[in-house]
Formats: sequence, structure tokens, C-alpha cells
Amino acid sequence: MKFTWFNLMPWPYLPDDFRAKHRSVWVDIPNTLYDPRKGHHVYHEYLDQLEYAETLGFDGIGCNEHHQNGYGLMPSPNLIAATLARRTSRAALCVIGNSIASYNPPIRVAEEFAMLDVISGGRLVAGFPVGTPMDTNFCYGQIPALTRDKYREAHDLIMKAWASDEPFAFDGKYNQLRWVNCWPKPIQKPHPPIYIPGGGSIETWDFCLDYDYNYSYLSFFGYLRGKSLLDGYWERVVKRGKDESPYRAAFAQIICVADTDAEAERLYAEHCLYFFNRCLHVFPPFADPAGYRTMATIKYGALAQLTLARQKILENLTWKQLVDERFVIAGSPDTVRQQLEECIKGLHIGHLFCLFHNGDMPDWKTRHSTKLFAEKVMPRLRDMWPEWKHDERWWMHPMDDRIRPEERQPGAAKVGAEWPR
Amino acid sequence: MKWQEVETKKGTRCRVLEGGSGAPVVFFHGAGGLLHDNPFLDQLAQRYHVFAPEWPGYGESAGEELLEDMLDFTLHGWDLVEALGLEQPHLVGHSMGGMIAAEMACLAPHDLAKLVLVSPAGLWMDEHPIPDIFALLPYQIAEVLFHDPQRGQALLTGGADLSDMEALKEFYIGSQRRLAMAGKILFPIPNRRLSKRLYRLTAESLVLWGASDRLIVPAYAERWKTLIPPARVEVINDAGHMLPYEQSDKFVRSVAGFLR
Repeated sequence: MKFTWFNLMPWPYLPDDFRAKHRSVWVDIPNTLYDPRKGHHVYHEYLDQLEYAETLGFDGIGCNEHHQNGYGLMPSPNLIAATLARRTSRAALCVIGNSIASYNPPIRVAEEFAMLDVISGGRLVAGFPVGTPMDTNFCYGQIPALTRDKYREAHDLIMKAWASDEPFAFDGKYNQLRWVNCWPKPIQKPHPPIYIPGGGSIETWDFCLDYDYNYSYLSFFGYLRGKSLLDGYWERVVKRGKDESPYRAAFAQIICVADTDAEAERLYAEHCLYFFNRCLHVFPPFADPAGYRTMATIKYGALAQLTLARQKILENLTWKQLVDERFVIAGSPDTVRQQLEECIKGLHIGHLFCLFHNGDMPDWKTRHSTKLFAEKVMPRLRDMWPEWKHDERWWMHPMDDRIRPEERQPGAAKVGAEWPR
Repeated sequence: MKWQEVETKKGTRCRVLEGGSGAPVVFFHGAGGLLHDNPFLDQLAQRYHVFAPEWPGYGESAGEELLEDMLDFTLHGWDLVEALGLEQPHLVGHSMGGMIAAEMACLAPHDLAKLVLVSPAGLWMDEHPIPDIFALLPYQIAEVLFHDPQRGQALLTGGADLSDMEALKEFYIGSQRRLAMAGKILFPIPNRRLSKRLYRLTAESLVLWGASDRLIVPAYAERWKTLIPPARVEVINDAGHMLPYEQSDKFVRSVAGFLR
């Protein structure tokens, strides 16, 4: 098993009456709720936590891209990854990822990801999401019905730019570039591992399998609800005649560890409820613009969307519900290990994106939960897939002789590097 | 009136509601499509030979993947005119249909008789931002589109019982398909720089507006008047954006008076 410590970077100062007073945490959230001076401290706290996770032995540290969003302070995840690249040297940098349909031209992503891979010594895990409709369509103005087409073209351009050793012309429908010549190029060959975060679009399964990319199901609603979708994916894997390596799939899960189950509730309940009640309060039409989902996907799950089940779930949530329905895996190390085993086996996943910081959780609680997990849970879940132990196809392949800047006091004077007069 | 199907040279297959006799009038519907009942078309068909095609992606019309941008939509309009075998028809376009009809008239100014634009989309004024039709809750749609939202709601659903899950599902799927198509020329801002091309327009033009249009407010009628000075502009009371449906009689009287 590989464990990645993920921080969504929520804004922790949404007011108590946020839900009543505002229709959405995303797209048209009043930007007066953001205070850049507090933001300074928030960024540093979150970045410190990501670095802390590396010291505890997490395999990866992760970030993602959202725009105009109260629970995601990373419009540019590459900036976050860049700071981490200079302060860490062991963990994979999982950027899950860049919404490539929104970049103009997308060669920018090929360049920035290459920079990250080079600075980090080959530790980049590169995510290519289609992007949520909130981000890609409503914030970044891409036409919903053409988003997937544009996404595929951007993907083709980036992969060709990384693969090609010579300048080439790219005559796309959305991008025309006479001289494509990626400079620098990534360390990892033929390219960094590619992760495709999927919501519930069934086309994504085949796309991942066409290229043998990792399929990452990022949901906040736990493994019980995620199961039907991942079952669909694995069915497709078998149908396509691919091997069933669990490393083909990743899943995101909110996790809270304390000494006892009761202690977990006492420590973490309010922060998880902050996350579900305020951070996921999205105006429903922003999540479903016509054309974003294909007709095939709509017909596959139309009723689920119709009933706005998700919005309903979010009304009057209690801690008991969060835990019973496994939106949150919380409790003593034993409880968490047992439920995660169920999650990992049930979904057949080799990568877990662990969400330890939730909502407005203070730093000390985040670290307490993370540390307990790293010491008492993670070691016991390591060998869940002994038969796939050596399968590194979906993980980073860094340079052995990479620089470890965090051990070098990077800003200090260098002995022997003075001007030889 | 009755439905017929035509196939354009490009390969789209469109249903066309046809009826009446006389000078040919082509009516282009808006982003919501033709509704279940379209009484103003029946009334127009008492004086003209009326053709009301569905855009691909609407109802039983297919080939939406062949149309991606404004020029595709505009050429498709002329492809339809050709497929129907019409010479110099009058073009009447409502909302998104008005935007397309105006583009058609700019592209081939001598191929039409007269032009009627009914609360047309296609322009944008910063001081009058048009509500985002792609981000509306179901109950908000009628409020934005109609002078009388309650009556409007009934017109929109065409008598379908939406408490029935199957009917609701079908309505939802149809609506997603229609707006996905409309989004290609209306999202995120319904302005594909038509104003740069309006200088080419030579057809005699009538611009009709509902006085209580809350989607594209009547200030836009003035803007059209500025951009095509010879146009006649009429504002009709007790009508919102869905003017032809809310005030069929007045609508038909104005159009017929102009096309005469």
C-alpha cells in the first residue's frame, strides 16, 4: 500500500452562518470572506503539515487545483508543489492535478510539470483531471459540451511534447502551435506516473485503460458509496483484459485517529462537520451544467443527480452519520485499521489519499491524528497486497543521487564556493 | 402543421414543423427549443408557409456533434434553407434563434427577404449582465423567462407530470441535451462578436421585445437599434423573454404587419 498525505487547504474562517447566508462555497463565494493576512499563516501551517507528513514516512504528499473555492486555497497547485520540492526529498509530490482543459496553451502544464520533476529529482506524480464544472466551466469559462474534447487534445499535446525529441507542429482544434519543443523535459521516462482523477464519468475508465493510467476516485463520501463506481471500473479492467493490480486505482478518504473512538468524536467532530456543512455547500446548478457530462454518463446515473441526493445528505448531518456511513473513518487506531482494511480490500485499491486536515481543524489536532496513524495504523496496512509488492508502475522513479535541499540549509554560505581571487 | 424530416448536406437530420401556404417564413427557436404547443406558429401558418426546424440536439433532431461554433451554426441555418428548397425566405429568430438568424443575414445578406429578431441573444452590455441560464435552479427558469412565471411553468413542461420519476428523468435528459448544444454559442457569455458583423446586414429588419423581459432586458432593444439603425423596434407589454408564447396574438400581428 502507498499512502499519500493530502491537504485540500480549506479556508478555516467561514462564519457559522455561512450556509444560511450564502448559496455556494464555490464560484460566487463572497471574496470579502478571505483575509490575506490570516491567509499568510494558513498557507504556512498547511505547508508545514505536508512537510511533517514526509518525516513520518508517508509515501506521497498531495495537492490539487480549485478556483474561487472556500475549501481549496490552491488555484495553482504547482506553486504549492514547488515550495515542497525544495523542502522535501523523499515523498512523491502528487499534484492531482492540473485541469488541462483550462490551460491556454496546455504546453504550459508540460513545462511546469517538467520543472517540478526536475527540481524534485524525479518525484512528481502528475494528475490530469478534466476539472470540476465549477472550476473548468463556471470559473474558467470553458464550454461544457466541448470540455472533454479540449481535455483530450490537451492531453495529446502534453504527452507528445514530453515524448518528442524534436520540435514539432501541433495543429489542434483548440491549440495551434507551430513550434512545440518542451524545455526542460521531465526526469522520469517515458513520463511521470499519470493519475486521472474521476468523479463519476464512465468514459474516464476507458481513457485510463487505453493508456494504463491510474484511476483516482476522489469523493468525500467514503468507501461504502464509492464501491459501486469502483466496481464498475474493475469490471471494465477485466473486460479489457488488463491485470488487476490494485495500484491501478486510488481513493481519497477522510481519516481521524485518536486514542479511543470517543476521543475521536471529542477531538474531530466539529471540524469534520465544518467541512461537510460549510465547505461542501455548493449551489447545485454549478455542479451540473448541461454538456459537462456526456449523455452516456447522464443515462447511467441520471436519477442520482435528479434527486440531488448529495445535497440532501448534507442537510442536518451528525457525527454519527458521518462515521456510520464511513464518510469519515474515525476512531482508535484499531477501529481505523479495521475500517480501512475493509475500504482497501473492498475497493481493491493500492493508493490511499489520506485527508487528515479537515475543515477548520487546528494544527495540533491534525498532527496528533497524522502521527497516530503513521505509528499505529500505517505499518499494519503496508502489506495488504503482497502479490503486487513489486509493482511500481504507478509510482515515482526518482534519481538516486538527487539533492536533499532540506538537509543543506539552502540559504547558508557555501564553504569553498567563494570567489577564488 | 405537421412534422417532416430533412437531412442537410453536412449530415445533420432535423425535424421541421411545417404548415400553411404563401411566402416562406423560417422560424428558428431559442435555447429551450420548441415547446409542446406553439400556437403562434399555427397563427402564422394561416398567412405564410411556415417552417420551424429544430436545431440538432433538440427533440428528435440529431447531428449535434457536427456543429461546434458560431460559423457552424450559421452555415447550418443556410444548409437547412437549402435542404427545404426555399428561395429568399423571411427569417424569424427567437432568442438564440435570433442570434443565429442575424448571423445568417450578415453572412449572406441577399439570400433572405425580411428579418425578424425576437428578443435576440448575441449582444452583451456590461451595464446589463444577462443572467447565467446555465446556473439556474429548475424553479428559477420560468421566473427569468416569463412575464407570468406560473403560466410559463405550465408552458415549459407542456403538461408532463414531473412528479412521475420517469417523466422527470426524460425531461431532465432532454433539457441537458438541448442546453449542452446551446452552450456552444451561449456559454459562458452569449456574445460571439456578432456586433462586428452587423454592418453587413441589408435586409429590412424588425426587432421585437417583451417589456418585462428579465433575461435580456429591453435596454438591449435600444442597443440593436443603435447597431442597425434602419430596424423597426417594437416593445410589447405583458410579455417576458418568451414573448411569442405569452402574447401570441400581438406577436403575430406585429410580424404579419411587418412582413406584409
